[in-house]
Amino acid sequence: MGKHSVRISAYKELFAKILFAVSASAAILAVGLICVFLFMQGLPAMWDIGILDFLTGTDWRPTWNPPRFGILPMIVGSLYVTAGAILFGVPIGIFAAIFMAEVCPMPVYKVLKPAINLLAGIPSVVYGYFGMVVLVPFVRTNFGGSGASILTASILLGIMILPTIISISESALRAVPRELYEGAVALGASHERAVFWVVLPAAKSGVMAAIILGIGRAVGETMAVRMVAGNQAVLRMPYEFLSGTRTLTANVILELGYAADEHRAALIATGVVLFVFIMLINALFSLLKKKDGA
Amino acid sequence: MREKTNFFKSLKFKRRKPLDFMLFALTWLCIGITAAVMLFILVYILSNGIPYITPSLFAFEFTMENQSLFPALVGTLMIVGLSLALAVPLGVFSAIYLQEYARRGSRFVKIVRITTETLAGIPSIVYGLFGFLFFGGVLGWGLSLVSGTFTVSIMILPLIMRTTEESLKAVPDTFREGSFGLGAGRLRTVIRIVLPSAIPGILAGIILAIGRIVGETAAIIFTLGNVARIPDSLFDTGRTLSAHMYQLAREGTHPGEAHATAAVLLIVVILINALSSRIAKLIKAS
Repeated sequence: MGKHSVRISAYKELFAKILFAVSASAAILAVGLICVFLFMQGLPAMWDIGILDFLTGTDWRPTWNPPRFGILPMIVGSLYVTAGAILFGVPIGIFAAIFMAEVCPMPVYKVLKPAINLLAGIPSVVYGYFGMVVLVPFVRTNFGGSGASILTASILLGIMILPTIISISESALRAVPRELYEGAVALGASHERAVFWVVLPAAKSGVMAAIILGIGRAVGETMAVRMVAGNQAVLRMPYEFLSGTRTLTANVILELGYAADEHRAALIATGVVLFVFIMLINALFSLLKKKDGA
Repeated sequence: MREKTNFFKSLKFKRRKPLDFMLFALTWLCIGITAAVMLFILVYILSNGIPYITPSLFAFEFTMENQSLFPALVGTLMIVGLSLALAVPLGVFSAIYLQEYARRGSRFVKIVRITTETLAGIPSIVYGLFGFLFFGGVLGWGLSLVSGTFTVSIMILPLIMRTTEESLKAVPDTFREGSFGLGAGRLRTVIRIVLPSAIPGILAGIILAIGRIVGETAAIIFTLGNVARIPDSLFDTGRTLSAHMYQLAREGTHPGEAHATAAVLLIVVILINALSSRIAKLIKAS
Protein backbone atom coordinates (compact mmCIF):
# COMPACT_ATOMS: atom_id res chain seq x y z
CA MET A 1 0.00 0.00 0.00
CA GLY A 2 1.39 3.40 -0.95
CA LYS A 3 1.37 6.47 1.22
CA HIS A 4 -1.35 7.90 -0.96
CA SER A 5 -3.87 5.15 -0.36
CA VAL A 6 -3.15 5.19 3.35
CA ARG A 7 -4.13 8.85 3.40
CA ILE A 8 -7.29 8.11 1.40
CA SER A 9 -8.37 5.43 3.80
CA ALA A 10 -7.70 7.77 6.71
CA TYR A 11 -10.01 10.31 5.09
CA LYS A 12 -12.56 7.58 4.53
CA GLU A 13 -12.39 6.61 8.20
CA LEU A 14 -12.85 10.19 9.28
CA PHE A 15 -15.70 10.74 6.84
CA ALA A 16 -17.49 7.58 8.03
CA LYS A 17 -17.06 8.52 11.65
CA ILE A 18 -18.52 11.96 11.03
CA LEU A 19 -21.39 10.46 9.02
CA PHE A 20 -22.23 8.03 11.83
CA ALA A 21 -21.98 10.72 14.49
CA VAL A 22 -24.23 13.07 12.50
CA SER A 23 -26.78 10.26 12.11
CA ALA A 24 -26.69 9.65 15.84
CA SER A 25 -27.56 13.30 16.37
CA ALA A 26 -30.78 12.87 14.37
CA ALA A 27 -32.68 11.62 17.41
CA ILE A 28 -31.55 14.65 19.42
CA LEU A 29 -32.55 16.95 16.58
CA ALA A 30 -35.97 15.31 16.30
CA VAL A 31 -36.77 15.59 20.00
CA GLY A 32 -35.49 19.17 20.00
CA LEU A 33 -37.69 20.11 17.04
CA ILE A 34 -40.76 18.41 18.50
CA CYS A 35 -40.34 20.18 21.84
CA VAL A 36 -39.57 23.57 20.33
CA PHE A 37 -42.48 23.51 17.87
CA LEU A 38 -45.09 22.16 20.24
CA PHE A 39 -44.13 24.48 23.08
CA MET A 40 -43.51 27.50 20.87
CA GLN A 41 -46.99 27.26 19.40
CA GLY A 42 -48.79 25.80 22.39
CA LEU A 43 -47.53 27.84 25.32
CA PRO A 44 -48.46 31.29 23.97
CA ALA A 45 -51.98 29.98 23.32
CA MET A 46 -52.18 28.72 26.87
CA TRP A 47 -50.95 32.10 28.05
CA ASP A 48 -53.57 33.98 25.98
CA ILE A 49 -56.42 31.80 27.19
CA GLY A 50 -55.06 31.97 30.72
CA ILE A 51 -53.24 28.93 31.98
CA LEU A 52 -55.70 28.36 34.80
CA ASP A 53 -58.75 28.94 32.59
CA PHE A 54 -57.32 26.52 30.06
CA LEU A 55 -56.46 23.73 32.47
CA THR A 56 -59.43 24.04 34.82
CA GLY A 57 -62.09 25.45 32.49
CA THR A 58 -65.03 23.08 32.09
CA ASP A 59 -66.33 24.53 28.82
CA TRP A 60 -64.88 23.65 25.44
CA ARG A 61 -66.81 25.89 23.04
CA PRO A 62 -64.59 26.82 20.12
CA THR A 63 -67.53 28.21 18.13
CA TRP A 64 -68.92 30.54 20.79
CA ASN A 65 -68.30 34.24 20.68
CA PRO A 66 -66.07 34.71 22.57
CA PRO A 67 -64.90 31.10 22.35
CA ARG A 68 -64.21 29.09 25.47
CA PHE A 69 -61.25 26.74 25.68
CA GLY A 70 -61.30 24.74 28.91
CA ILE A 71 -59.79 21.28 28.72
CA LEU A 72 -60.63 19.95 32.18
CA PRO A 73 -63.31 17.61 30.73
CA MET A 74 -60.66 16.11 28.44
CA ILE A 75 -58.05 15.77 31.17
CA VAL A 76 -60.62 14.04 33.35
CA GLY A 77 -61.78 11.96 30.38
CA SER A 78 -58.23 10.74 29.75
CA LEU A 79 -57.93 9.93 33.45
CA TYR A 80 -61.17 7.93 33.47
CA VAL A 81 -60.44 5.76 30.46
CA THR A 82 -56.87 5.18 31.65
CA ALA A 83 -58.06 4.21 35.14
CA GLY A 84 -60.64 1.94 33.54
CA ALA A 85 -58.00 0.34 31.33
CA ILE A 86 -55.86 -0.33 34.42
CA LEU A 87 -58.86 -1.82 36.19
CA PHE A 88 -59.47 -4.29 33.37
CA GLY A 89 -55.98 -4.77 31.98
CA VAL A 90 -53.65 -4.87 34.96
CA PRO A 91 -55.02 -7.74 37.10
CA ILE A 92 -55.64 -9.95 34.07
CA GLY A 93 -52.29 -8.97 32.59
CA ILE A 94 -50.28 -9.73 35.72
CA PHE A 95 -51.94 -13.09 36.36
CA ALA A 96 -51.51 -13.97 32.70
CA ALA A 97 -47.83 -13.00 32.94
CA ILE A 98 -47.41 -15.25 35.98
CA PHE A 99 -49.01 -18.01 33.98
CA MET A 100 -46.64 -17.42 31.07
CA ALA A 101 -43.52 -17.33 33.25
CA GLU A 102 -44.29 -19.90 35.93
CA VAL A 103 -47.19 -22.17 35.08
CA CYS A 104 -47.39 -22.53 31.31
CA PRO A 105 -46.46 -25.93 29.83
CA MET A 106 -44.06 -25.60 26.91
CA PRO A 107 -46.43 -26.66 24.08
CA VAL A 108 -49.03 -24.10 25.22
CA TYR A 109 -46.34 -21.45 25.57
CA LYS A 110 -45.24 -21.96 21.99
CA VAL A 111 -48.74 -21.04 20.81
CA LEU A 112 -49.49 -18.28 23.32
CA LYS A 113 -46.26 -16.29 23.02
CA PRO A 114 -46.59 -15.47 19.30
CA ALA A 115 -50.31 -14.91 19.79
CA ILE A 116 -49.63 -12.26 22.43
CA ASN A 117 -47.06 -10.66 20.13
CA LEU A 118 -49.72 -10.58 17.44
CA LEU A 119 -52.17 -8.93 19.84
CA ALA A 120 -49.55 -6.22 20.34
CA GLY A 121 -49.20 -5.75 16.60
CA ILE A 122 -52.88 -5.29 15.70
CA PRO A 123 -53.31 -1.68 14.55
CA SER A 124 -55.26 0.56 16.89
CA VAL A 125 -57.70 1.42 14.13
CA VAL A 126 -58.61 -2.26 13.86
CA TYR A 127 -59.14 -2.39 17.63
CA GLY A 128 -61.25 0.73 17.30
CA TYR A 129 -63.31 -0.84 14.56
CA PHE A 130 -63.78 -4.00 16.61
CA GLY A 131 -64.88 -1.77 19.49
CA MET A 132 -67.36 0.04 17.27
CA VAL A 133 -69.04 -3.02 15.83
CA VAL A 134 -68.84 -5.37 18.84
CA LEU A 135 -68.24 -3.59 22.15
CA VAL A 136 -70.43 -0.54 21.62
CA PRO A 137 -73.57 -2.59 20.80
CA PHE A 138 -72.66 -4.99 23.62
CA VAL A 139 -72.50 -2.23 26.21
CA ARG A 140 -75.65 -0.59 24.77
CA THR A 141 -77.76 -3.74 25.11
CA ASN A 142 -76.33 -4.94 28.42
CA PHE A 143 -75.76 -1.74 30.35
CA GLY A 144 -77.85 0.85 28.55
CA GLY A 145 -76.93 4.28 27.23
CA SER A 146 -75.69 4.87 23.72
CA GLY A 147 -72.91 2.33 24.14
CA ALA A 148 -70.16 4.77 23.19
CA SER A 149 -68.99 5.41 26.72
CA ILE A 150 -66.24 5.58 29.30
CA LEU A 151 -66.89 1.92 30.10
CA THR A 152 -66.55 0.82 26.46
CA ALA A 153 -63.32 2.75 26.00
CA SER A 154 -61.99 1.31 29.26
CA ILE A 155 -62.66 -2.27 28.19
CA LEU A 156 -61.10 -1.73 24.78
CA LEU A 157 -58.02 0.00 26.21
CA GLY A 158 -57.77 -2.75 28.82
CA ILE A 159 -57.54 -5.28 26.00
CA MET A 160 -55.04 -3.12 24.10
CA ILE A 161 -52.62 -2.76 27.02
CA LEU A 162 -52.73 -6.48 27.86
CA PRO A 163 -49.85 -7.56 25.59
CA THR A 164 -47.62 -4.76 26.91
CA ILE A 165 -48.29 -5.70 30.52
CA ILE A 166 -47.99 -9.44 29.92
CA SER A 167 -44.73 -9.29 27.93
CA ILE A 168 -42.88 -6.90 30.21
CA SER A 169 -44.08 -8.50 33.46
CA GLU A 170 -43.19 -11.90 32.08
CA SER A 171 -39.60 -10.89 31.38
CA ALA A 172 -39.40 -9.24 34.80
CA LEU A 173 -40.55 -12.50 36.43
CA ARG A 174 -38.09 -14.51 34.38
CA ALA A 175 -35.25 -12.19 35.40
CA VAL A 176 -35.71 -13.10 39.08
CA PRO A 177 -32.80 -15.34 40.13
CA ARG A 178 -33.89 -18.97 40.24
CA GLU A 179 -32.26 -19.40 43.64
CA LEU A 180 -35.03 -17.37 45.27
CA TYR A 181 -37.67 -19.76 43.96
CA GLU A 182 -35.62 -22.81 44.86
CA GLY A 183 -34.91 -21.48 48.34
CA ALA A 184 -38.60 -20.95 48.98
CA VAL A 185 -39.47 -24.43 47.74
CA ALA A 186 -36.65 -25.92 49.83
CA LEU A 187 -38.16 -24.25 52.87
CA GLY A 188 -41.39 -26.08 52.20
CA ALA A 189 -43.36 -23.54 50.19
CA SER A 190 -45.61 -24.89 47.46
CA HIS A 191 -45.04 -23.82 43.87
CA GLU A 192 -47.81 -21.22 44.12
CA ARG A 193 -46.55 -19.83 47.43
CA ALA A 194 -43.03 -19.57 46.09
CA VAL A 195 -44.23 -17.77 42.96
CA PHE A 196 -46.67 -15.37 44.60
CA TRP A 197 -44.81 -14.66 47.86
CA VAL A 198 -41.18 -14.74 46.66
CA VAL A 199 -40.79 -14.40 42.89
CA LEU A 200 -43.55 -11.83 42.33
CA PRO A 201 -42.34 -9.42 45.08
CA ALA A 202 -38.81 -9.76 43.73
CA ALA A 203 -40.05 -8.69 40.29
CA LYS A 204 -42.04 -5.79 41.76
CA SER A 205 -40.31 -2.91 40.04
CA GLY A 206 -40.34 -4.66 36.68
CA VAL A 207 -44.05 -5.32 36.99
CA MET A 208 -44.60 -1.69 38.00
CA ALA A 209 -42.65 -0.61 34.93
CA ALA A 210 -44.96 -2.78 32.82
CA ILE A 211 -48.01 -1.13 34.35
CA ILE A 212 -46.60 2.33 33.76
CA LEU A 213 -45.81 1.54 30.14
CA GLY A 214 -49.38 0.28 29.80
CA ILE A 215 -50.65 3.54 31.30
CA GLY A 216 -48.55 5.47 28.81
CA ARG A 217 -50.05 3.48 25.99
CA ALA A 218 -53.59 4.07 27.28
CA VAL A 219 -53.10 7.82 27.74
CA GLY A 220 -51.58 8.20 24.28
CA GLU A 221 -54.04 5.99 22.44
CA THR A 222 -56.01 7.99 19.94
CA MET A 223 -57.81 6.14 17.18
CA ALA A 224 -59.43 3.37 19.21
CA VAL A 225 -60.63 5.76 21.93
CA ARG A 226 -61.93 8.24 19.42
CA MET A 227 -63.98 5.49 17.78
CA VAL A 228 -65.70 4.14 20.92
CA ALA A 229 -65.75 6.82 23.63
CA GLY A 230 -68.52 9.07 22.30
CA ASN A 231 -66.30 12.18 22.38
CA GLN A 232 -68.63 14.60 24.23
CA ALA A 233 -66.51 17.39 25.70
CA VAL A 234 -68.51 17.36 28.92
CA LEU A 235 -67.12 17.06 32.42
CA ARG A 236 -68.30 13.68 33.72
CA MET A 237 -68.53 12.30 37.22
CA PRO A 238 -67.15 8.81 37.88
CA TYR A 239 -70.65 7.33 38.26
CA GLU A 240 -71.48 8.46 34.73
CA PHE A 241 -69.35 5.71 33.28
CA LEU A 242 -72.05 4.85 30.76
CA SER A 243 -71.89 8.33 29.24
CA GLY A 244 -69.48 9.39 26.56
CA THR A 245 -66.30 11.28 27.23
CA ARG A 246 -63.57 12.95 25.24
CA THR A 247 -59.88 12.41 25.87
CA LEU A 248 -57.01 14.81 25.21
CA THR A 249 -55.94 12.73 22.22
CA ALA A 250 -59.46 12.62 20.78
CA ASN A 251 -59.78 16.37 21.16
CA VAL A 252 -56.80 16.88 18.87
CA ILE A 253 -57.80 14.35 16.24
CA LEU A 254 -61.43 15.46 16.09
CA GLU A 255 -60.81 19.12 15.45
CA LEU A 256 -57.28 19.67 14.15
CA GLY A 257 -58.39 19.05 10.56
CA TYR A 258 -60.56 22.17 10.33
CA ALA A 259 -59.51 24.37 13.26
CA ALA A 260 -58.10 27.83 12.59
CA ASP A 261 -56.34 30.58 14.53
CA GLU A 262 -57.07 30.58 18.24
CA HIS A 263 -58.93 27.27 18.07
CA ARG A 264 -55.96 25.60 16.38
CA ALA A 265 -53.59 27.08 18.93
CA ALA A 266 -55.79 25.69 21.72
CA LEU A 267 -55.57 22.24 20.13
CA ILE A 268 -51.79 22.50 19.96
CA ALA A 269 -51.86 23.48 23.62
CA THR A 270 -53.96 20.36 24.28
CA GLY A 271 -51.16 18.41 22.58
CA VAL A 272 -48.64 20.11 24.87
CA VAL A 273 -50.58 19.02 27.96
CA LEU A 274 -50.71 15.47 26.60
CA PHE A 275 -46.99 15.60 25.80
CA VAL A 276 -46.16 16.72 29.34
CA PHE A 277 -48.29 13.92 30.83
CA ILE A 278 -46.54 11.35 28.65
CA MET A 279 -43.10 12.74 29.53
CA LEU A 280 -43.87 12.42 33.22
CA ILE A 281 -45.06 8.84 32.75
CA ASN A 282 -41.94 7.99 30.72
CA ALA A 283 -39.68 9.54 33.33
CA LEU A 284 -41.33 7.38 35.96
CA PHE A 285 -40.85 4.35 33.72
CA SER A 286 -37.12 4.89 33.18
CA LEU A 287 -36.68 5.59 36.90
CA LEU A 288 -38.21 2.21 37.72
CA LYS A 289 -36.22 0.48 35.02
CA LYS A 290 -33.02 1.90 36.46
CA LYS A 291 -34.01 0.69 39.91
CA ASP A 292 -34.44 -2.74 38.42
CA GLY A 293 -30.90 -2.58 37.11
CA ALA A 294 -32.10 -3.62 33.67
CA MET B 1 -37.87 -21.80 32.17
CA ARG B 2 -38.56 -23.61 35.39
CA GLU B 3 -39.12 -27.35 35.33
CA LYS B 4 -42.55 -28.36 34.18
CA THR B 5 -42.14 -32.08 34.84
CA ASN B 6 -44.78 -31.96 37.55
CA PHE B 7 -47.27 -30.31 35.25
CA PHE B 8 -49.77 -33.17 35.00
CA LYS B 9 -49.38 -33.86 38.66
CA SER B 10 -50.09 -30.21 39.27
CA LEU B 11 -53.47 -30.58 37.60
CA LYS B 12 -54.70 -32.68 40.50
CA PHE B 13 -56.55 -29.81 42.06
CA LYS B 14 -57.76 -31.53 45.21
CA ARG B 15 -54.30 -32.00 46.68
CA ARG B 16 -53.78 -28.24 46.95
CA LYS B 17 -54.44 -25.93 49.83
CA PRO B 18 -57.44 -23.69 49.07
CA LEU B 19 -55.45 -20.46 48.66
CA ASP B 20 -52.86 -22.15 46.46
CA PHE B 21 -55.61 -23.60 44.36
CA MET B 22 -57.32 -20.24 44.01
CA LEU B 23 -54.16 -18.48 42.83
CA PHE B 24 -53.36 -21.32 40.48
CA ALA B 25 -56.88 -21.23 39.05
CA LEU B 26 -56.69 -17.44 38.70
CA THR B 27 -53.63 -17.62 36.47
CA TRP B 28 -55.48 -20.11 34.25
CA LEU B 29 -58.59 -17.93 34.26
CA CYS B 30 -56.69 -14.79 33.28
CA ILE B 31 -54.73 -16.40 30.47
CA GLY B 32 -58.00 -17.99 29.40
CA ILE B 33 -59.68 -14.57 29.20
CA THR B 34 -56.73 -13.17 27.28
CA ALA B 35 -56.72 -16.04 24.81
CA ALA B 36 -60.49 -15.97 24.39
CA VAL B 37 -60.57 -12.22 23.72
CA MET B 38 -57.74 -12.57 21.23
CA LEU B 39 -59.32 -15.47 19.44
CA PHE B 40 -62.65 -13.68 19.33
CA ILE B 41 -61.12 -10.54 17.79
CA LEU B 42 -59.22 -12.53 15.17
CA VAL B 43 -62.13 -14.80 14.26
CA TYR B 44 -64.65 -11.97 14.26
CA ILE B 45 -62.62 -9.66 12.03
CA LEU B 46 -61.56 -12.39 9.61
CA SER B 47 -64.88 -14.23 9.33
CA ASN B 48 -66.82 -11.01 8.83
CA GLY B 49 -64.30 -9.49 6.47
CA ILE B 50 -63.12 -12.28 4.20
CA PRO B 51 -66.52 -12.82 2.46
CA TYR B 52 -66.41 -9.15 1.40
CA ILE B 53 -62.94 -9.35 -0.12
CA THR B 54 -63.83 -9.18 -3.80
CA PRO B 55 -61.85 -8.24 -6.92
CA SER B 56 -63.68 -4.90 -7.06
CA LEU B 57 -62.11 -4.04 -3.71
CA PHE B 58 -58.79 -3.95 -5.54
CA ALA B 59 -60.02 -1.90 -8.50
CA PHE B 60 -57.51 0.64 -9.73
CA GLU B 61 -59.88 3.56 -9.25
CA PHE B 62 -61.60 4.61 -6.02
CA THR B 63 -65.16 5.79 -6.59
CA MET B 64 -68.05 6.64 -4.31
CA GLU B 65 -69.82 3.42 -5.31
CA ASN B 66 -66.78 1.19 -5.22
CA GLN B 67 -64.63 2.05 -2.21
CA SER B 68 -61.53 0.36 -3.55
CA LEU B 69 -58.66 -0.04 -1.17
CA PHE B 70 -56.14 -0.15 -4.00
CA PRO B 71 -55.02 3.51 -3.77
CA ALA B 72 -54.62 3.07 -0.01
CA LEU B 73 -52.60 -0.09 -0.55
CA VAL B 74 -50.26 1.69 -2.97
CA GLY B 75 -50.06 4.64 -0.58
CA THR B 76 -49.10 2.29 2.24
CA LEU B 77 -46.35 0.71 0.15
CA MET B 78 -45.05 4.17 -0.82
CA ILE B 79 -44.94 5.40 2.77
CA VAL B 80 -43.34 2.15 3.96
CA GLY B 81 -40.71 2.22 1.20
CA LEU B 82 -39.82 5.88 1.55
CA SER B 83 -39.76 5.84 5.35
CA LEU B 84 -37.52 2.79 5.43
CA ALA B 85 -35.22 4.39 2.84
CA LEU B 86 -34.87 7.35 5.18
CA ALA B 87 -34.99 5.79 8.65
CA VAL B 88 -33.04 2.56 8.12
CA PRO B 89 -29.70 4.13 7.08
CA LEU B 90 -30.12 6.81 9.73
CA GLY B 91 -30.98 4.30 12.45
CA VAL B 92 -28.30 1.80 11.46
CA PHE B 93 -25.62 4.52 11.24
CA SER B 94 -26.64 5.86 14.66
CA ALA B 95 -26.47 2.41 16.17
CA ILE B 96 -23.04 1.84 14.59
CA TYR B 97 -21.83 5.08 16.08
CA LEU B 98 -23.18 4.29 19.54
CA GLN B 99 -21.94 0.72 19.53
CA GLU B 100 -18.71 0.78 17.52
CA TYR B 101 -17.31 4.31 17.69
CA ALA B 102 -18.47 6.26 20.71
CA ARG B 103 -16.84 5.98 24.10
CA ARG B 104 -19.20 4.04 26.38
CA GLY B 105 -20.93 6.30 28.83
CA SER B 106 -19.86 9.54 27.17
CA ARG B 107 -22.23 12.46 27.57
CA PHE B 108 -23.21 12.41 23.89
CA VAL B 109 -24.16 8.74 24.10
CA LYS B 110 -26.24 9.38 27.19
CA ILE B 111 -28.12 12.22 25.53
CA VAL B 112 -28.77 10.14 22.41
CA ARG B 113 -30.14 7.33 24.57
CA ILE B 114 -32.44 9.61 26.54
CA THR B 115 -33.77 11.27 23.39
CA THR B 116 -34.28 7.91 21.69
CA GLU B 117 -36.27 6.66 24.66
CA THR B 118 -38.27 9.86 24.58
CA LEU B 119 -39.04 9.38 20.88
CA ALA B 120 -40.17 5.82 21.54
CA GLY B 121 -42.66 7.01 24.15
CA ILE B 122 -44.28 9.85 22.22
CA PRO B 123 -47.86 8.96 21.20
CA SER B 124 -48.66 8.96 17.52
CA ILE B 125 -51.10 11.85 17.76
CA VAL B 126 -48.28 14.08 19.02
CA TYR B 127 -46.19 13.02 16.02
CA GLY B 128 -49.16 13.87 13.85
CA LEU B 129 -49.48 17.27 15.46
CA PHE B 130 -45.77 17.95 15.09
CA GLY B 131 -45.64 16.76 11.48
CA PHE B 132 -48.69 18.87 10.67
CA LEU B 133 -47.09 21.98 12.20
CA PHE B 134 -43.49 21.50 11.10
CA PHE B 135 -43.37 19.58 7.82
CA GLY B 136 -46.83 20.66 6.71
CA GLY B 137 -46.75 24.20 8.06
CA VAL B 138 -43.25 25.58 8.61
CA LEU B 139 -41.62 23.78 5.69
CA GLY B 140 -44.75 24.28 3.60
CA TRP B 141 -45.12 20.70 2.39
CA GLY B 142 -48.77 20.54 3.39
CA LEU B 143 -50.49 17.18 3.40
CA SER B 144 -48.10 15.17 1.26
CA LEU B 145 -46.03 12.06 0.84
CA VAL B 146 -42.89 13.87 2.08
CA SER B 147 -44.58 15.19 5.22
CA GLY B 148 -45.86 11.71 5.97
CA THR B 149 -42.54 10.07 5.21
CA PHE B 150 -40.53 12.36 7.47
CA THR B 151 -43.02 12.10 10.32
CA VAL B 152 -43.21 8.32 10.18
CA SER B 153 -39.43 8.05 9.82
CA ILE B 154 -38.93 9.85 13.12
CA MET B 155 -41.46 7.49 14.69
CA ILE B 156 -39.67 4.31 13.63
CA LEU B 157 -36.14 5.65 14.18
CA PRO B 158 -35.91 4.51 17.84
CA LEU B 159 -37.12 1.03 16.90
CA ILE B 160 -34.48 0.62 14.17
CA MET B 161 -31.77 2.05 16.41
CA ARG B 162 -32.58 -0.25 19.31
CA THR B 163 -32.82 -3.47 17.32
CA THR B 164 -29.64 -2.67 15.38
CA GLU B 165 -27.76 -1.89 18.57
CA GLU B 166 -28.90 -5.14 20.12
CA SER B 167 -27.71 -7.15 17.14
CA LEU B 168 -24.39 -5.28 16.98
CA LYS B 169 -23.93 -6.01 20.66
CA ALA B 170 -24.46 -9.69 19.97
CA VAL B 171 -21.50 -9.83 17.56
CA PRO B 172 -18.58 -11.31 19.57
CA ASP B 173 -15.61 -9.00 20.18
CA THR B 174 -13.27 -11.69 18.87
CA PHE B 175 -14.61 -10.94 15.37
CA ARG B 176 -13.54 -7.32 15.70
CA GLU B 177 -10.19 -8.19 17.26
CA GLY B 178 -9.48 -10.68 14.49
CA SER B 179 -10.28 -8.11 11.87
CA PHE B 180 -8.13 -5.43 13.53
CA GLY B 181 -5.37 -7.98 13.94
CA LEU B 182 -5.34 -8.59 10.20
CA GLY B 183 -4.82 -4.89 9.67
CA ALA B 184 -8.33 -3.77 8.78
CA GLY B 185 -9.38 -0.31 9.86
CA ARG B 186 -12.43 0.41 11.95
CA LEU B 187 -14.69 1.23 8.99
CA ARG B 188 -13.69 -1.90 7.09
CA THR B 189 -14.21 -4.01 10.20
CA VAL B 190 -17.68 -2.57 10.69
CA ILE B 191 -18.76 -2.97 7.08
CA ARG B 192 -17.16 -6.31 6.24
CA ILE B 193 -17.25 -8.16 9.58
CA VAL B 194 -19.66 -6.71 12.13
CA LEU B 195 -22.55 -5.59 9.95
CA PRO B 196 -22.99 -8.85 8.00
CA SER B 197 -23.32 -10.83 11.24
CA ALA B 198 -25.86 -8.33 12.51
CA ILE B 199 -28.07 -8.32 9.42
CA PRO B 200 -30.76 -10.78 10.60
CA GLY B 201 -31.33 -8.72 13.75
CA ILE B 202 -31.52 -5.51 11.75
CA LEU B 203 -34.00 -7.19 9.41
CA ALA B 204 -36.19 -8.20 12.34
CA GLY B 205 -36.21 -4.57 13.46
CA ILE B 206 -37.13 -3.40 9.97
CA ILE B 207 -40.07 -5.79 9.88
CA LEU B 208 -41.30 -4.54 13.25
CA ALA B 209 -41.01 -1.02 11.85
CA ILE B 210 -43.08 -2.00 8.80
CA GLY B 211 -45.77 -3.30 11.16
CA ARG B 212 -45.73 -0.04 13.04
CA ILE B 213 -46.04 2.03 9.85
CA VAL B 214 -48.86 -0.11 8.46
CA GLY B 215 -50.79 0.24 11.71
CA GLU B 216 -50.24 3.96 12.06
CA THR B 217 -53.24 6.22 11.58
CA ALA B 218 -53.24 9.34 13.74
CA ALA B 219 -49.85 10.54 12.55
CA ILE B 220 -50.68 9.70 8.93
CA ILE B 221 -53.94 11.56 8.48
CA PHE B 222 -52.41 14.89 9.54
CA THR B 223 -49.28 14.55 7.45
CA LEU B 224 -49.97 12.37 4.41
CA GLY B 225 -53.64 13.26 4.55
CA ASN B 226 -56.57 10.99 3.90
CA VAL B 227 -57.54 11.33 0.25
CA ALA B 228 -58.34 8.17 -1.69
CA ARG B 229 -55.86 8.57 -4.52
CA ILE B 230 -52.42 7.38 -5.46
CA PRO B 231 -50.03 10.27 -4.89
CA ASP B 232 -48.47 11.26 -8.23
CA SER B 233 -45.56 13.10 -6.71
CA LEU B 234 -43.74 13.43 -3.43
CA PHE B 235 -45.76 16.55 -2.73
CA ASP B 236 -49.12 14.98 -3.44
CA THR B 237 -51.53 13.70 -0.81
CA GLY B 238 -52.91 10.17 -0.45
CA ARG B 239 -53.87 7.70 2.24
CA THR B 240 -52.73 4.43 3.78
CA LEU B 241 -54.75 1.30 4.54
CA SER B 242 -55.20 2.27 8.19
CA ALA B 243 -56.37 5.75 7.26
CA HIS B 244 -58.73 4.18 4.70
CA MET B 245 -60.05 1.88 7.42
CA TYR B 246 -60.60 4.85 9.73
CA GLN B 247 -62.50 6.74 7.05
CA LEU B 248 -64.74 3.74 6.28
CA ALA B 249 -65.46 3.16 9.97
CA ARG B 250 -66.19 6.82 10.54
CA GLU B 251 -68.58 7.21 7.62
CA GLY B 252 -70.28 3.89 8.29
CA THR B 253 -71.91 3.90 4.85
CA HIS B 254 -69.95 0.97 3.45
CA PRO B 255 -69.99 -1.69 6.18
CA GLY B 256 -68.97 -4.49 3.80
CA GLU B 257 -65.91 -2.64 2.61
CA ALA B 258 -65.07 -1.70 6.19
CA HIS B 259 -65.20 -5.34 7.29
CA ALA B 260 -63.09 -6.38 4.33
CA THR B 261 -60.50 -3.65 4.89
CA ALA B 262 -60.19 -4.58 8.56
CA ALA B 263 -59.59 -8.19 7.52
CA VAL B 264 -56.99 -7.19 4.91
CA LEU B 265 -55.20 -5.04 7.48
CA LEU B 266 -55.24 -7.86 10.00
CA ILE B 267 -53.93 -10.37 7.45
CA VAL B 268 -51.07 -8.01 6.57
CA VAL B 269 -50.19 -7.70 10.27
CA ILE B 270 -50.35 -11.48 10.74
CA LEU B 271 -48.00 -11.98 7.79
CA ILE B 272 -45.57 -9.38 9.12
CA ASN B 273 -45.63 -11.07 12.52
CA ALA B 274 -45.03 -14.50 11.04
CA LEU B 275 -42.12 -13.16 9.01
CA SER B 276 -40.51 -11.52 12.02
CA SER B 277 -40.80 -14.63 14.19
CA ARG B 278 -39.35 -16.69 11.34
CA ILE B 279 -36.35 -14.36 11.26
CA ALA B 280 -36.06 -14.41 15.04
CA LYS B 281 -35.90 -18.20 14.87
CA LEU B 282 -33.20 -17.99 12.19
CA ILE B 283 -31.15 -15.73 14.45
CA LYS B 284 -31.49 -18.13 17.34
CA ALA B 285 -30.49 -21.06 15.14
CA SER B 286 -27.31 -19.40 13.85
